[in-house]
Amino acid sequence: MAKTSGSLTKKHTRISDIILKILIFLSSGIVVALTLGIIIYIIARGLEGMSWNFLSTPAFSYPFENYGVLGNIINTLYLVVITLLVATPIGVGAAIYLTEYAKQSRLTRIIEFTTETLAGIPSIIYGLFGSVFFYNIFKVNYSILTGALTLSIMVLPTIIRTTQEAIKTVPMGYREGAIGLGAAKWHTIRTVVLPSCIDGILTSVILSIGRIVGESAALIFTAGIAAEIGINSIGDIFTKVMDQGGSLTVQLYQYAQRGGAEMKYAFSTALVLLVTVLVINICAKLVAYRIRKKRSA
Amino acid sequence: MAKTNDAAVIAVGVTDNHKSAIRSKKIGFTNLSERIMKYIFTVCGITAVACVLMITIYMIISGAPAIGKIGIIDFLFGDTWYAKKEQFGILPLILTSFFGTFGAIVIGVPIGLLTAVFLSELAPKALRNFVKPAVELLAGIPSVIYGLLGANLVKPLMYSIEEIIYANDPGHQFTGGANLASAIVVLAIMILPTIINISENALNSVPNDYREASCGLGATKIQTIFKVVIPAAKSGIASGVVLGVGRAIGEAMAIILVAGNSANMPELFSSVKFLTTGVVAEFPYSSGLHREALFAVGLVLFVFIMIINLILNGILKKGGKKEKTAKRAGKA
Repeated sequence: MAKTSGSLTKKHTRISDIILKILIFLSSGIVVALTLGIIIYIIARGLEGMSWNFLSTPAFSYPFENYGVLGNIINTLYLVVITLLVATPIGVGAAIYLTEYAKQSRLTRIIEFTTETLAGIPSIIYGLFGSVFFYNIFKVNYSILTGALTLSIMVLPTIIRTTQEAIKTVPMGYREGAIGLGAAKWHTIRTVVLPSCIDGILTSVILSIGRIVGESAALIFTAGIAAEIGINSIGDIFTKVMDQGGSLTVQLYQYAQRGGAEMKYAFSTALVLLVTVLVINICAKLVAYRIRKKRSA
Repeated sequence: MAKTNDAAVIAVGVTDNHKSAIRSKKIGFTNLSERIMKYIFTVCGITAVACVLMITIYMIISGAPAIGKIGIIDFLFGDTWYAKKEQFGILPLILTSFFGTFGAIVIGVPIGLLTAVFLSELAPKALRNFVKPAVELLAGIPSVIYGLLGANLVKPLMYSIEEIIYANDPGHQFTGGANLASAIVVLAIMILPTIINISENALNSVPNDYREASCGLGATKIQTIFKVVIPAAKSGIASGVVLGVGRAIGEAMAIILVAGNSANMPELFSSVKFLTTGVVAEFPYSSGLHREALFAVGLVLFVFIMIINLILNGILKKGGKKEKTAKRAGKA
């Protein structure tokens, strides 16, 4: 040994170790402080403009200036429902194909690569694509349907991957049991595989809701910015999907962009969004907890 | 035929059993629904491929004409973006996106990686249960909220720094805090969750034997982390960084309110326009060649993202191979 450092039992502390340790704790501290700071700041400034009127009326400027988000909440709900109606069956179907039907082949590799690619494409590209592609089909510049279909492509990778993981955890013995009883493939999937991974599918849906609610760049060119409710009769409930409709995030951007006195309403909208995101996070946690409990049982 | 199949099944085992069980069934209705469902699932599987193809084709169709009209050299390397005079050179936008992303990585990766080290190697369970949800929440916050916070918190902060730095420089055009530096800070925060999550997974998947062997040789815990664990998790961490790059370069709404939005060459304290923010800010009122040029900007961004995806795919493939050989060596 080149250097004897005294006793064998006494621990020799290195300065570089201490510095690195401090940096590690500092970084984690920064991350936690950022999260807490963001939440507290949004709550504090969001409560300023928050009122029952803000939540229960849409934004309009005639005959008087009114600040509200009800129209945007409804639009966001429309987007969530339509997107999930379109994307969940396709995504789950794709996951079933990849795990149950397809053999390891070039096709599955291509599907998996394109799924990764879809996950990496920025939302603004989706917005540009959706505005041209669906304009060619529907011939309207902005509509909730256009926005929802654009988002359906966007959340597809989330649903495919999460469902795939869930299906993979279903024990092979379940399938073998069903086949042994004479069930065919689709019958097995329908009665054995899907019911035992329903929690995983639910997780993928919850994660997708989070993405849809938080999305803005893909919606601004596709679903538009309108803030009115636009439902006067029962028929309007269905025709609304072809109307323009700005989501909560888009309305937040509008308020923030105008700035000045409207900034406080931007924060109130942010507060609504933040609460939604928190609820979604908690739901995802609960489902994950249920899955873990079931698996250990 | 069915009989020979059955004999073969017994010989081959359970997995082939599935196929022959389906094939030997000749009941019309079940057979039909089985077949239809198989086609439906195959179509679902191909949807993702079709979407990527459609997006690629549409981005090229809508982006290429403008590049043709402007000229690819003038478009990519022109240094003036001035829509009113139909000057569409996007070099400032490309460089801004490049330096903005680079800056975000320089700030975000060390903080993210060290936090991942904390979560995976050092944190006691109680602290971990506190930090981990914080990271998840940070990932869930919509980007437009980051933009709002950037405009209200980062911008004023950067303006005061700008005022101090350029106090004696009469030539400097003050940006009021809407500049590249503010955008970098917002982007760095935004990519943190991506870097932390992916790096943590990579660190967790390093076998414990490595740590034990290193500590057994007399290395301290910190030495083990930085000389053994992190190098072993290199490819996972790299894919986290690449994903972070992808997120930063494609982000629009978080930085549009803090970047300033004039197409200057990137300087920390000058008002800038990113590829993404240019599209968001100008698309609603654009028309004619201007709109086509914005689609071309989208196409350039799309090409960058595709390159990043290919790099990521390469890293994952290489990492996967290495993991396999490591496992095999472990078994032997």
